[in-house]
Amino acid sequence: MMSKSSTDVALAKRNEALENLQLQVESILAGRALSARVFRGELAFTVAVEDIPGILLKLRDESGGSFSQLSELTAVDYPSRPKRFELVYQLLSVRLNQRLRLLAPIADGEIAPSVSHIFSSAIWSEREIWDMFGIFFSGHGDLRRLLTDYGFEGHPLRKDFPLTGTVETRYDDSEKRVVYEPVSLTQEFRDFDFMSPWEGMQTAMRQDDPVAGPGKAEGEE
Amino acid sequence: MAEAQIKPLTMNFGPQHPAAHGVLRLVLEMDGEVIERADPHIGLLHRGTEKLIEHKTYLQALPYFDRLDYVSPMNQEHAFALAVEKLMQIDVPRRAQFIRVMYCEIGRILNHLLNLTTFAIDVGAMTPLLWGFEEREELMGFYERASGARLHAAYFRPGGVHQDLPEGLTDDILNWVERFPSFIDDMETLLTDNRIFKQRTVDIGVVTLDEALDLGFSGPCIRASGLPWDLRKTQPYDVYEEMDFDIPTGKTGDCYARYLVRIEEMRQSLRIIRQAIENMPAGPVLAEDHKVTPPRRDEMKTSMEALIHHFKLYTEGFHVPAGETYTAVEAPKGEFGVYIVSDGTNKPYRCKIRAPGFAFMSSMDQLSRGHMLADSVAILGSLDVVFGEIDR
Repeated sequence: MMSKSSTDVALAKRNEALENLQLQVESILAGRALSARVFRGELAFTVAVEDIPGILLKLRDESGGSFSQLSELTAVDYPSRPKRFELVYQLLSVRLNQRLRLLAPIADGEIAPSVSHIFSSAIWSEREIWDMFGIFFSGHGDLRRLLTDYGFEGHPLRKDFPLTGTVETRYDDSEKRVVYEPVSLTQEFRDFDFMSPWEGMQTAMRQDDPVAGPGKAEGEE
Repeated sequence: MAEAQIKPLTMNFGPQHPAAHGVLRLVLEMDGEVIERADPHIGLLHRGTEKLIEHKTYLQALPYFDRLDYVSPMNQEHAFALAVEKLMQIDVPRRAQFIRVMYCEIGRILNHLLNLTTFAIDVGAMTPLLWGFEEREELMGFYERASGARLHAAYFRPGGVHQDLPEGLTDDILNWVERFPSFIDDMETLLTDNRIFKQRTVDIGVVTLDEALDLGFSGPCIRASGLPWDLRKTQPYDVYEEMDFDIPTGKTGDCYARYLVRIEEMRQSLRIIRQAIENMPAGPVLAEDHKVTPPRRDEMKTSMEALIHHFKLYTEGFHVPAGETYTAVEAPKGEFGVYIVSDGTNKPYRCKIRAPGFAFMSSMDQLSRGHMLADSVAILGSLDVVFGEIDR
């Protein structure tokens, strides 16, 4: 069994390597990072979406780290934010044995620059994002839908897209082919809210409460 | 004579084709027998896993991972379990870590057996498939004895594994480990020096290291191109750090090198399984924090608190602190990563699955250009793709 001290040493070593990496990447980004964050031992930078190709090129070619692989490119939908989507670039440096995450907020309808000419692995990832979120990439060349059906409408991973979809198919015996029809649910789709009223609804309840008033925590008076 | 314009022949490979390893529609533009362009149409097995996970609690989301790459289910559960553990900062009992490592290596052999033998049948050798599936059956028996299911195990949970191993299972696995090398030898006599097999695979689908990095390759495919990159060694998780094993690498990066790497990986996996069993300590297999893991059955009969924990866990689930993580494991096919964004509720806000096969499939055009039609089948087989994980 490994002793406690040796794991502590390993942890300290990892943290030091991470700090070094952060400094290194910050110097490469040269002030273009909007914010940096280390969470659970993972380093993430938020940058502007138009800077992404330049930054990726630099990280790949001239940095001390040489992040030679874009292991993952995806997006997250936050409907409540002014810039609705966030592109997530997950980079891997084989030489440093480090990972790095770049986050780029982007508004609905805004066009992101493609990085498919920098990393070939982005070609399909960007197609998938276009398919799933409807974020358009300029300079991609082959931005077709990837995973959904031929002639599909909508972008399934947007939060406002229903889980059950919009069309369903069945084989029509009279037409001798598969036909598309709007989804009909025999039972209304149920999505349970499991937030406990004792923990989750505090603020809303207090706003209605004339005694406690809004925003006051329990036992504050 | 007037110059005739010859239109390249467009050919449809699939969606149902025995060599497509699932449902793949590959549109090939042919110049005679030579491929000019390959355009894979994927998504025929798209089930919206990522969208479904957003609507399920963390525990309910776990079984979806079995259904991604369905030839090595537990390796993918492992990625999800590790990601949730990282976000929640749970310590996993050591016995559970050893069990997980053991089953991950069984999963690796399970996967390589399927891949190598179907690859062989793609290029004309039938016997390895018949032999290999017999061995797979035995391995799936080991899955079943621990989890109750041959394929969709749902055995790894955040905090450990669901149940302890039944009596006598490790002995049977050790017996099997003793026996299995002779199977690999037998299979190698059929393939490794086989003239036809080599003619079909050597120098076919060559990937250089730079290309492999650029294309997002990982796992055996990048090792076949010469990079000793294995997350079990470079970014070890659970008890892989304490295991003694080697990383095989290839030199040529062609289909044959990928085959050889997988063969050697099976032998290394046997070493790991043996070490995991021999060093496996006694003790609990699931973390004791009952906000995350279910209480023991006998406790529930007497303790009200345990009953409440059980009820809360299986209805509401546990809440994961807000934050995000990208956690990757070395699945048999390559780097299998899970990117989870948590907003502090009991359901993942976003769960992106990084499947190794997705990158392999996207490289199909680059790899098969200029090769003969029959080679596309060999390339596809050597890349080891399974559409459950590519289409998600």
